[in-house]
Amino acid sequence: MHTPTRQLWLGALETLPLVVAAFPFGIVFGAMAQSMQLGLAATLGMSAIVFAGASQFIALTLLASAAMLPVIVATVFVVNLRQMLYSANLMHHAGAWPQWQRAILAFFLTDETFAVVSDRLNRLPDEPGLRWYYLGSALFMYSFWQLSTIVGFTLGGQIPGLADWGLDVAMVVAFIGIVVPALKQRADWACAAVALVSATLSHDWPYQTGLLFSSLLAVATGIALSKPKSL
Amino acid sequence: MNIWLLITLMALVTYLPRYLPMGFAGKAHFPALIERGLDFVPIAALTAIIAQASLVRGGMVDISLGNYHAIAALVAFLVALLTRHLFMTIAAGLTCFGLLQWFT
Repeated sequence: MHTPTRQLWLGALETLPLVVAAFPFGIVFGAMAQSMQLGLAATLGMSAIVFAGASQFIALTLLASAAMLPVIVATVFVVNLRQMLYSANLMHHAGAWPQWQRAILAFFLTDETFAVVSDRLNRLPDEPGLRWYYLGSALFMYSFWQLSTIVGFTLGGQIPGLADWGLDVAMVVAFIGIVVPALKQRADWACAAVALVSATLSHDWPYQTGLLFSSLLAVATGIALSKPKSL
Repeated sequence: MNIWLLITLMALVTYLPRYLPMGFAGKAHFPALIERGLDFVPIAALTAIIAQASLVRGGMVDISLGNYHAIAALVAFLVALLTRHLFMTIAAGLTCFGLLQWFT
């Protein structure tokens, strides 16, 4: 069953735990923007046009500290370099897609959608319909990010400590369920171990540079310990 | 500062890293070493996120029994190793977290 509709739903369904985990952050973003008098149009505009949780929070924080525009833009760029790794990882598959489809799908390339798409590629490498699955995941994440932004902007601080409820644990366990089955050879385990230790130690680096550095270090570890592909 | 100019530029520096590699797929090729490295991106990047979201609470590294995110993560890891099943892993991790929250 590879009908586009079925793949759309599957992609959305498998993103559900990640949507749940992201929802409180959207609410916090909306509430924070509202308290900074950003206005509904700009708040929703940022979620709708930028669509990048970490970047949006960092932009608000920098705005609050009266940072200059080029500083904010440069910082957001650094935060998003990690997504460049995701895009590069998907190149083999994207090569078969028309350019306009790549242009659309790339817009929705978040941690969450990359995670479920990677999981599908790991489980069913040759299954057709990847684009529809990706789109299903993407549209689900996108619509609920907009919804949570509006909820946060409207209700503001009326939901006490929502970010402390721990809903983000859904993302942690979902990512674990995605990574562990992908650990096959020794190099995979070493890569994961390096990422775990490095990201923990570099957690207080600014602007998520710890995540970027740890990802690159772990990738280098994987290269060093894996055998060259035979042609 | 013009907020819409900021949003437009933010959108640009968010979109370009997401699009450029995919956009050049099939037109440009990386050296074999880099190609091999790209296969490790999901494990590397997702594990880094897992680490920071479970072992770091409130801006501090917290490896203790009081860190329910870490305990739920450990349970999820063990279930994932045994079952290799995504939904079993999520269900076990969330149940564990829910029970810890409920009973303490």
